[in-house]
Amino acid sequence: MFMFVALVLGFLAIGQTVTVAARFGAFDYIGTIMVTVIVRELGPLLAAMLALARVGNANVIELGTARALNEVEALEASGIDPVHYLVVPRVIGMTLGVFSLTVYLILVALGSGYLFVFLQNVPLTPGEYFSELASSLSWLDFALLALKSCTFGFFIGIVTCYHGLAQPLRLDELSRLAIRATSQGIIACVFIDAIYFLLYLSL
Amino acid sequence: MTEKTKDETPSLLPIEMIGVAIAAMQDPDFITLKDVNWSVAGGEFWVVGAPQHSGKSDFLMTTAGLIPPAQGRYKFYGNETRIFDEARLADRLRMGLVFENAELFHYLTVAENVTLPLRYHQNLHPDDAAKAADELIELTGLKSIADIMPPNLPRSWHKRAALARALALQPDILLADNPLGALDARHSLWWLRFLDELNRAHQWLGGKTLTIVVTTDDFRPWRGGRRQFALLKDKSFVPLGSWNEVISSDEPLVKELLATPIQEIVEPLKR
Repeated sequence: MFMFVALVLGFLAIGQTVTVAARFGAFDYIGTIMVTVIVRELGPLLAAMLALARVGNANVIELGTARALNEVEALEASGIDPVHYLVVPRVIGMTLGVFSLTVYLILVALGSGYLFVFLQNVPLTPGEYFSELASSLSWLDFALLALKSCTFGFFIGIVTCYHGLAQPLRLDELSRLAIRATSQGIIACVFIDAIYFLLYLSL
Repeated sequence: MTEKTKDETPSLLPIEMIGVAIAAMQDPDFITLKDVNWSVAGGEFWVVGAPQHSGKSDFLMTTAGLIPPAQGRYKFYGNETRIFDEARLADRLRMGLVFENAELFHYLTVAENVTLPLRYHQNLHPDDAAKAADELIELTGLKSIADIMPPNLPRSWHKRAALARALALQPDILLADNPLGALDARHSLWWLRFLDELNRAHQWLGGKTLTIVVTTDDFRPWRGGRRQFALLKDKSFVPLGSWNEVISSDEPLVKELLATPIQEIVEPLKR
């Protein structure tokens, strides 16, 4: 799923941007546009949304089922801390997972973007394409990309685990819970994205 | 690895409740039992009877330290306890609990369910934990279904797996919530024999006697032995004594739990 979305993102966003830029001879701006659109904004946000839909939902259902079936009480009765056993690994996994998926999504999108450019016969060599890209990237982009995607993952983990475990529930409440967790996850991600946008502006 | 504090002071009562009020697990404001005065000595086997929805599970959950007493004092081996939090982990591990619906972890196999407490508390590799639990799995007759996921098993085996999980860390006290509920005769018989063996210092427990508390909605299977009986009635905990005292009791609810024909219960009340 991630590869498909990354390929489509590359084709649609990068390919078309580069094609349009080439039409006006604005090759100098290609790197800046790609870094701003893909590396800073769309890549991390899209990876977070996909992780929320693909893994976050499963998280809520799995934990909610355990909660509804009193498995959390069974953990406590065995002296196993549910937060330690159920929440911590999921939050850490989600944090690292969203970061890794963001890098993967961005790399595939950039690659597929050039493929589109190549298919459209735009006079741009791979060397020019990637050197434009490299010259537009700064250490700040790498640092904030890592930080931002990790923040997305962390909060998706927290929101989904919270909704799965926080309150006693019945099995028939799971679908409603999953919808609520997804909505709040999206809101949290957009909010975090806005905070990072302000951070970019201030740096 | 968490060190279990074995009973350094054997004279202390494992369980002692003084004027305890017990709240419902789903609704902490609803009191299911009031003024419970109860003490359990080491090695005793208690059978607490009550009809369904009379607060048996809440009573056992409070005893297990999963819900705090709403009132009164609950002492566990002499230490006043409200709930077994992280700081009381060593105490919690002295107690094994079998839930009425077993509550196995649905995403783990039977063997993984049994070994989970070992892996978590003793930080064992899954293979080492499996070896450590092998004897227990054999003992509880779970060997042939060890690799099966709980949703694919009959409910009777769920309870047995939950018993094995509760015993994995060799507790001093075993609490079982209606263990014979919805079991067929073969499984019920196995449970009765095995609990008696555990109570009489089973070899697997290294000769240690296991203090046992079970709840039930039918006294009949628990007849005989050196068991102590009690009743939950009208939000009260009523100790009954031995089996002989149970069968000689005039209490209608006791007769009900002995499945006495309804006429024999109603007629004396009419007089």
